[in-house]
Amino acid sequence: MNRTYSRQLYEMLSSMRFAVSLLTVLAIASIIGTVLKQNEPYNNYLNQFGQFWFPVFEAIGLYSVYHASWFLAILAFLVVSTSLCIIRQSPGMVREMKSFRTGAREASLRQFAHQHTTQTALTHTEAERVVTTYLAAQGYKSKSKAQADGLLIAAKAGSWNRMGYMLAHGAIVMICIGGLLDGDLPLKVEMLLGNKQVTSLDKPFAQIGPESRLGPDHWSYRGNVFLPEGKRGNIAVLNVKDGALLQELPFLITLKQFHIEHYSTGMPKRFASDIVITNPKTGAEIERTIEVNKPFEYMGVSLYQASFEDGGSKLKLKAHSLLPGSTKVFDAETEVGGSLQLKQGEEPLRVEVTGFRPFNVENMSQPTPTDSEKNTLAMLNRHLGSGAKSPDSKDLKNVGPSFSYKLRDAAGQAREYNNYMVPVTQEGRSFFMTGMRETQADGFRYLRLPADENDKLDTWFALRAILTTPKEHALIARRFAATAMSGEGVSDTMRARLADTAERTLHLYAERGFESLGKFINDTVPEAEREKAADVFVRVLQGSTWEAWQLLRERQKLKPLEMTTTRADFVRDTVNSISDSFHYGSPVYLELDQFEEIKASVIQATRSPGKNGVYLGCALLVAGVFFMLYVRERRLFVLLKDSGEVLLALSSNRKTLDTDGEFARHQETITTLLNHGPRTS
Amino acid sequence: MDLAQANHAPKPYLKGRSALDWLAALLLSAGGLFALAQYGQYMDDYEQAILLAAIPTFIALAWAWAGLRNLLAGVALLSLGGIELYHADLARAEQAFLLKYFLSSQTAIGWMCFLFFFATATYWLGLLARSDFAEKTGTVLTWAATVMGTTGLLVRWYESYLIGPDIGHIPISNLYEVFVLFSLITALLYLHYERHYATRRLGAFVLIVISAAVAFTLWYTFSRGAHEIQPLVPALQSYWMKIHVPANFIGYGAFALAAMIGVAWLLAERGILATRLPSLVMMEDVMYKAIAIGFAFFTIATILGALWAAEAWGTYWQWDPKETWALIVWLNYAAWLHLRLTKGLRGAVLAWWAVVGLLVTTFAFLGVNMFLSGLHSYGAL
Repeated sequence: MNRTYSRQLYEMLSSMRFAVSLLTVLAIASIIGTVLKQNEPYNNYLNQFGQFWFPVFEAIGLYSVYHASWFLAILAFLVVSTSLCIIRQSPGMVREMKSFRTGAREASLRQFAHQHTTQTALTHTEAERVVTTYLAAQGYKSKSKAQADGLLIAAKAGSWNRMGYMLAHGAIVMICIGGLLDGDLPLKVEMLLGNKQVTSLDKPFAQIGPESRLGPDHWSYRGNVFLPEGKRGNIAVLNVKDGALLQELPFLITLKQFHIEHYSTGMPKRFASDIVITNPKTGAEIERTIEVNKPFEYMGVSLYQASFEDGGSKLKLKAHSLLPGSTKVFDAETEVGGSLQLKQGEEPLRVEVTGFRPFNVENMSQPTPTDSEKNTLAMLNRHLGSGAKSPDSKDLKNVGPSFSYKLRDAAGQAREYNNYMVPVTQEGRSFFMTGMRETQADGFRYLRLPADENDKLDTWFALRAILTTPKEHALIARRFAATAMSGEGVSDTMRARLADTAERTLHLYAERGFESLGKFINDTVPEAEREKAADVFVRVLQGSTWEAWQLLRERQKLKPLEMTTTRADFVRDTVNSISDSFHYGSPVYLELDQFEEIKASVIQATRSPGKNGVYLGCALLVAGVFFMLYVRERRLFVLLKDSGEVLLALSSNRKTLDTDGEFARHQETITTLLNHGPRTS
Repeated sequence: MDLAQANHAPKPYLKGRSALDWLAALLLSAGGLFALAQYGQYMDDYEQAILLAAIPTFIALAWAWAGLRNLLAGVALLSLGGIELYHADLARAEQAFLLKYFLSSQTAIGWMCFLFFFATATYWLGLLARSDFAEKTGTVLTWAATVMGTTGLLVRWYESYLIGPDIGHIPISNLYEVFVLFSLITALLYLHYERHYATRRLGAFVLIVISAAVAFTLWYTFSRGAHEIQPLVPALQSYWMKIHVPANFIGYGAFALAAMIGVAWLLAERGILATRLPSLVMMEDVMYKAIAIGFAFFTIATILGALWAAEAWGTYWQWDPKETWALIVWLNYAAWLHLRLTKGLRGAVLAWWAVVGLLVTTFAFLGVNMFLSGLHSYGAL
């Protein structure tokens, strides 16, 4: 390259304009990465951007902006540019720091923004002594030099300002280099040189070959180790692009126990893992507890409590058939992460257990807007007092364990369910809650199954079975008519007609619940009377359900029940929930019978040897910033001319009002000193 | 002795201190040492060292700034009074008259809000009517608001321990608490410049941004119930929080102040209120001072954040949206300072830049929580 070109290149790279342009590009590029969620599964991006844009954005690295080659290149340029800037400026700055500029001429001092001319009758020696003593007391260092027509006292203070420049800019280079070393760069190099391939993690670790493994001597990494209680491991999974790499750790980690503690509000209070670290070479074992905010470092690797998951809790289930007329119940055993095959009706179904929670804290209070809401004074009053006061009444309750699963049909379509183990009390009644959703994006819609007087679902299942058995409908209807029209003045014909209506109602209800009834009403009843008709149907259903209940008891040789409001509620809830159960989308209800919880901890393992350099850089940066901003470099010149004229001049690289004030002060004092001369007291 | 030394050497630090200065030093030392004797057994070495270092630090501050000395006295009196009135029973907040209407945290912070609004109106009256009396009243009201707000936070700290020993924590852990902190820090920075530059004319502008923060706090309290003390999630249970958050808010407060001075500068340059506001040169100087101190503290805060992130998330930098926006804010003010210091730029560009800088800062502070997702998620709206 031509010498002038290289000179030009050097000047461009080391110019502040270039550095500021780079910083601007860096800032804008960084914004992209905050707006677009980074490092998501690639499928999400495909859905978001479509077939056309997805590969375009992938090519320019938008899904992982901060690891894209061009982004790293900007950072590298920034390091180069800042380094060159320091190299270019430093020699001059050091010279400046040392120099007193005793060669300054009167003509140039006359150009200063702050200058003042006065007279003195003192000799140069006397004047020099007075001035330098004063300046020393003011924190100035000074040096005098005889000039052609007088004596120049050159003083300076705040030279550390220039040191601040070097510290701050050097620190930025240091931080960037440390950051680059701890970032993705070593991995990129390793993948390129070592021919590493990402893997999709669809097989056990043992079957993943060396092409997707990184040795324990890999420079820097940040990955997760998944450990169920009682298990051990030495593999951290690094997420890279749309796959993963396995990072081998220089030691084995065994999870003895994972602890999770909660506040009374159900908010998590403490996550902690009791681990044992085994050094494979010496066999030495170290026991430690790591917590959030309390990591542990061993052999250059830091271990963090990152998150927790279910480690395969064992669940015992009772599967209740929801096919019409069926009362079948069968037991099943599985674990979180495991699956079950079910045969209900024609289609085979697969249950994939996705999660288990040993307890759930819910806010059970019903929002009750009070009159005082409207009254400003009362509202203000509610906000006086301690910060412990809750703005709305809360009723936090542990509603017990729950588990979730996906039910996948032969076509691969899945619905997700979330079932609670014990009944939840709502408005004084007990319900078993089971939630269903079609897609991940939806919230769960809950089906509330009323618990019977033994806090069981047995009565509900029995009632559902009998009410969905068409051949039982006639009997139930007859009994309903007999009870409903027990008076003497009622003819048998009327009773028979009511029984007939009830039977038809039950037939319709057994098809699709209220949906079939609603359709029937819409088709046959004039619009004006529909509401009334619906009301009649509901009462017929409730009455029939009560009769069905008594019929079931009779068959079990149990005494008939007295009607109470609680039982009326139960009947109403049963009629509603059986109707809803037609939209449940599953031929079975899975009841959680027993469980054995097994927790797993996710421990993050990181190695970042550049960290100390970065921290040192940070310390230097802070020092540099303070020196640059709070140490003003000032140079004060006092030229004592042989004619008795005195020229004062001050320059500063920080033009603030403080400088003006300081010059005014020095000017006044020095003038006074020179005019009155030194007096010994 | 030489005249030069007699008249012009810096005064010895301890000489010529007023009786009040010595009383402040005595009370601060006594208070600090009493706390150490009484509660030292519950503190670790760091905490004891911090407590001991706090004594000379606060004495130096109280000596350097009489207003701050009075603030310390007022806050000590009111917050200790409030704590005493509690008799370690939260229900007393509803029963004791002084607690219910003055000293319980919600009420004290409510007074702070009212006083800041009142101060804003008074400063504006002073500016428009050229009334020295109104402006002086504005200063007194701002000091009073600061006393009440600080008392509110300190009593809130105590209340959090009354809810449960495991729930108690420093009240800078959620958006509601830091908004109060922001108002207090911005007010103190302003009061400092008011004294340093001997002008009350900028109060009208700076108090606007404080009033905006107060209005947000009130909305957040009344419509979202955000004032309720919540326990700390594990990620926030760290000593770093106690220094990272205040350092950040010194930065935010100073940037907000600089932006309001920028607005005043731009108005004065166009001849609006020009005869009432201080000179353009003085406003430029205040703006520079504010951005300089904001930048210095924001640098420290970001570094402290990185150190905390290294302990909590396993890496000192991971381009989390909050980190990235902190970097953008930092670069923005670094560029501002370069333009002024290296290029010697002055005037409208820097004033506009300071105003726009507040928008960038606000986005980094609030926008990231509202619109972007990330690990730094406390205080979602």
